[in-house]
Order: sequence, then structure tokens, then C-alpha cells
Amino acid sequence: MLTNLLAWIDERFPLTKVWNEHLAEYYTPKNFNFWYFFGSLAMLVLVIQILSGLFLAMHYKPDTGLAFASVEYIMRDVEWGWLIRYMHSTGSSAFFIVVYLHMFRGLLYGSYRGPRELIWLIGMVIFVALMATAFLGYLLPWGNMSYWGAQVIISLFDAIPFVGPSLAEWLRGDFVVSDATLNRFFALHFFIPVIILPALVFVHIVALHKVGSSNPDGIEIKKKKGPDGKPLDGIPFHPYFTVKDIAGVAVFLMFFSAVLFFAPELGGWFLEPDNFVPANILQTPTEIVPLWYFTPFYSILRAVTTDMMRFGLLPFMAVVGGLAIYSVRDMMMRAVVAGATAAILLGLFMMEAKIWGVIMMGLSIVLFFLLPWLDRSPVKSIRYRGWMYKTALTLFSVSFVILGYLGTKSPEAISLFLMKNVYWVQIFTIVYFAFFLFMPWYTTLDKTKPVPERVTP
Amino acid sequence: MSEEAADPGRRRFLTLATTAVGAVGTVYAITPFVKSMLPSARAKAAGAPVEVDISMLEPGQLLTVEWRGKPVWILKRTPAMLESLTKHDSLLADPASKVADQQPAYAQNVARSIKPDILVLVGICTHLGCSPDKRLDAGAVSGLGDDWPGGFFCPCHGSKFDLAGRVYKNVPAPTNLPVPPYMFAADTRLVIGEDKKGAA
Repeated sequence: MLTNLLAWIDERFPLTKVWNEHLAEYYTPKNFNFWYFFGSLAMLVLVIQILSGLFLAMHYKPDTGLAFASVEYIMRDVEWGWLIRYMHSTGSSAFFIVVYLHMFRGLLYGSYRGPRELIWLIGMVIFVALMATAFLGYLLPWGNMSYWGAQVIISLFDAIPFVGPSLAEWLRGDFVVSDATLNRFFALHFFIPVIILPALVFVHIVALHKVGSSNPDGIEIKKKKGPDGKPLDGIPFHPYFTVKDIAGVAVFLMFFSAVLFFAPELGGWFLEPDNFVPANILQTPTEIVPLWYFTPFYSILRAVTTDMMRFGLLPFMAVVGGLAIYSVRDMMMRAVVAGATAAILLGLFMMEAKIWGVIMMGLSIVLFFLLPWLDRSPVKSIRYRGWMYKTALTLFSVSFVILGYLGTKSPEAISLFLMKNVYWVQIFTIVYFAFFLFMPWYTTLDKTKPVPERVTP
Repeated sequence: MSEEAADPGRRRFLTLATTAVGAVGTVYAITPFVKSMLPSARAKAAGAPVEVDISMLEPGQLLTVEWRGKPVWILKRTPAMLESLTKHDSLLADPASKVADQQPAYAQNVARSIKPDILVLVGICTHLGCSPDKRLDAGAVSGLGDDWPGGFFCPCHGSKFDLAGRVYKNVPAPTNLPVPPYMFAADTRLVIGEDKKGAA
């Protein structure tokens, strides 16, 4: 009976074919470890966010006069509203934790390397869409940090020469962040995560299943096939990895529930105290701080002062440009690189620190897109790389965390030791960029170990 | 149907022409949607001038009013405050207020005001639009060091401004705080957003 039904469907829709190609006969490297949980977890969190968001939207009102009160109404008067709201706010932080770990996996094992460049690029677009979604959603409770956060971020567009101010006005729909802004942010906070993100995730997975998953050894399992034509080091995704991922989901949900039920604000890290006060146009919070997942980039924005440009960025860019000019063999290309270097150095002299802050912040994300082409190492996985890449990745990770931490602190205060935060931020901003901009050289020079033929446990 | 072989040149031309016309049509079709996101007629009309009575303002006091959804500060400076303005030019990025967009011509002076004691500023940092803190008192009480002459400090990114809203060197904010167009309708009645040249 059921077999007949399946046959009837398969004649009209490729159900069995899709099931086999993507689950039952999708061969996945058998040496996946801890780091390979986070892709499926990211999808789980996306589902949590879409569902909790749907139910929040049934009670929320995108109107400057009503928004703040409607969130409090959800928290106090709507049955189980507090749970759904905390699920959504905890989910947003969980999303970034999972996605950052997923991206770090890529850095560890070279998942972005050929032939997986497109997977990485699509993934980066997902990351940018995720950041946009988080930013849009943060305005909706219309707390004071919501308001001033949006004010600061939209003002970034003001810094763009010529078109900036009109562009910012177009984004806000008003001369300041106002009811028009809140209303459109609500519309976009629905459209991007519910329509665009799932579409991007779909394309991300289609591209992944075309080339096959990478693994902690960074070797291609498709190169060693058995007599049956199946990769020797591959096992079917279903049931092996579906079961493994379910175990990951169970552990993840334990952590998620612990935060959700016992510390939904997580001491101000997941929900900021200043956002429990309604938006006040006349009063900036004492410290405008985005949520933790934006603070590394926010630190880079704040790092750029006139002194930083003169004594930090100028020599740094001169060294990078000089190295590039020296290394490029083709004379035409050399002229292009020299021209670009000259333009950047001139720009550092001519343009204001404000514009450079925005440029550097944008660049700190754009450089991730270029990773597949910056990395020149003959091996993919950290297991076979030399001390240079290991050191560089460690320094980068440390700088990312410290920039993130100091992004939540005042630039004038002393939160670490010895120096004001702003100086530490400037040092680690250089470290952050050095990881990417010197990558073509240290990955070429690095002494690598021989890569095995077959995967190792 | 013609029996002749297809002419690839002609076919390519027609494909390109159709694509080009289609592209133009698409641009026309999306224009209303893009334009619908611009400030509406209601938003534009909401920018009317604001009238403020400053007869109760004591020297050293600061009054915040809202104009076009932005905080506008009205500070009545004490003689000591005014005197301090000339003493720290070397610390400022634009002591003479040379950037013309940041104030009307009648406020392009040391005090950046029409009447020296009454300062009118848009209280929005020229860096990224935070509203700076008022640290009007000079010296260590401000939390900005013993030699702080009094002024404004932006908590977001650390920009500093003096008591005429002039920006310090080597802070993220590029220009002085803007002075809005304003005039005195009477001795103690201030109109913000309108001057002798008309409404802004």
C-alpha cells in the first residue's frame, strides 16, 4: 500500500531521488568531529527564531507610541509570552554563537578552500544577512538602546561621500529615527529572515552537496572510492549523521534552556539594561553599546582616530602594499597594485578618521569573503599546517575576543591593564587585519606536514 | 514560418534590444517602491520652527528642547565660561569655525552665537549621532582630567567638544557641533529653525 503510494508520488515528484541524493546516499566523511555540529545547529536556531518570531508578531505593534508597551504586554499579560520573547532574544545570541563557531571550523580545517569557495561566499552572505536581521530586530522593542543603536548605525551611511546623507534619509524614511523607521524595520525583520535567509541556506546546502563535505583532515574523500563507486572514507548522512546531529541538538538545547530559564538577560550580555527604558530622543544612554555579537566590528569602528591613521594604519598599509608590489611578478599587475597602494595611502592622508572608521569596519567583514584567495597554503587543515598559520590563527582569535570585549567598554576607561582601552583596541585592530592581509605570505612560507591519503580518526 | 536559415546577427540584436527595453522597464517599475521609502510629506511638514522662552534660564544652566526630533541645547554661559573659550585653541580641530556648514554665518565667531552668552547647539555628535554628555564644569569634577575647561563629552566614541561646541583634535568626530538657524523674536524668546532669512 505505502510502497504503491511512494511509487505514485515518485512518478510525479522526485521524492526518493532527493531523499537518496541528500540523505540516504549522501556520503559524508566519517571523521567529522565536534566542530561539525554547528551547521545543523544553525538551522535549528533559524527554525526557533522564525517560529518564536511568528508568535511574537501576533502581539507586537510596530508603532513608536505602542511598541515598547506591546513588548511589556507580551512579557506580562500574554500567556507564555515571556517564554516566547526570551526564546527569541536568547535565540539571537545563540544564533551568533553557533555561526561564529561554524565559521571558526572553516578557519581551522580550511573548509573555504577550493572547490568550496562558493559555499564559503554564500555562507558569508548568510552571515551579512544575519547581521542585518539582528540589527533590524534590535530596534523593534523601542528601548533607549534600540533607538540610539539604530541612530549610530544609520549614521554610518552618512559618512559615505556625496550620497551618504540622502541615503541615510532614505533608509530612515525621516530626518531622524522615527515611526517610519520602526515600521519598515519591522517589515524587513520579517522579510529577510523568513524569505531571504532560508533561500540562502538552501543554496548553501545545494553547493555543499555538489562538491561534498570537507573534513578535519582537509582531504577529498571522493578521490578514494571503493569498487562500488562509493567513497571509502564516507558513510551515508542518514542515519549516521542525522543521529549524531540529534545528539548535538540535545546538548545544545540543554545549554539553550539553561540560559532561557535561569538567566535570559545573561547579566546584560543578551539583553542590555538600557533597553528596559523606553526610547528617549533627548537622552543618549551613558554608553551606547551594541550586543556582544557586533562588538568586535564596533571596536574596529571606534579604533580609527587621526593618530591611529598616522601611526598605525599608514605604516601598516605601506608595509602590506610594499610587500604586494615586491611579490607580484607581472609588470602590469605590479603597476595596478602600486596604484592601489598609493590611492590608499593618499586616502589616509586626505580623508577624515570618521570615514576611515567606517571603511575599516566594512573591510573587516569583506576580508572574510576573500579568504579562499588569500590562503596560499598547499594544505587545508590546521593538522598539517606549520607554526606560522597556527600562530596567526591564535592571534586572530585572541584579537577577535578582546575587540569584542573592549567593544562593550568605554574607550577612555582601562579595562585590561597598563593602557586605555582605545590603545588596546587599536593594537588588536592591526592584529585582526594582519591575519588577513599578510596571509598570502605566511601561508606560502609556512612549513607544512605531509597530508595522508586517507582520513585519520 | 520562413524556410530561410536563422540570421544569428539579427537574432542577437533583437535579444539585446529586448533585454535593454526590459531593463529600462524594470528601472521604471521599481522607482515607485524605492521612492516610497523617502521621507513622506507628513515627515517633511513636521520640521516646523520651535519657539522657546529663555527668561528663566540662569547663567550656567542648560535647557534641552526638541526640534525636528533632535535635541537642541540652549546654554547660558557664565563670564568665566566665555573667558575660557579663547584659552585652548591649540587643542581644537577647527577653533575659528571655518567649516561653513556647521553654523549660520552669524554664529561664525569665537562664541559661536548671536548673543555671546546664549549658545544654541544641535546636541548630536557629528561622529555617529549620539547625544554627548554635558560636562559643563571645569576641572577634575568632570571626570575628564584637571585641565578640562568644561564642555561636552560623547560617551559613545569619546569625542570631546568645548563650551562653544568646538571639537577637539584627535577624536572621532570630524567637525564642530552644528548650530541650528535661530533668531531672537524678543529679548528672551528664541526661535529655533528660523532666522531672518526665513525658515530652514
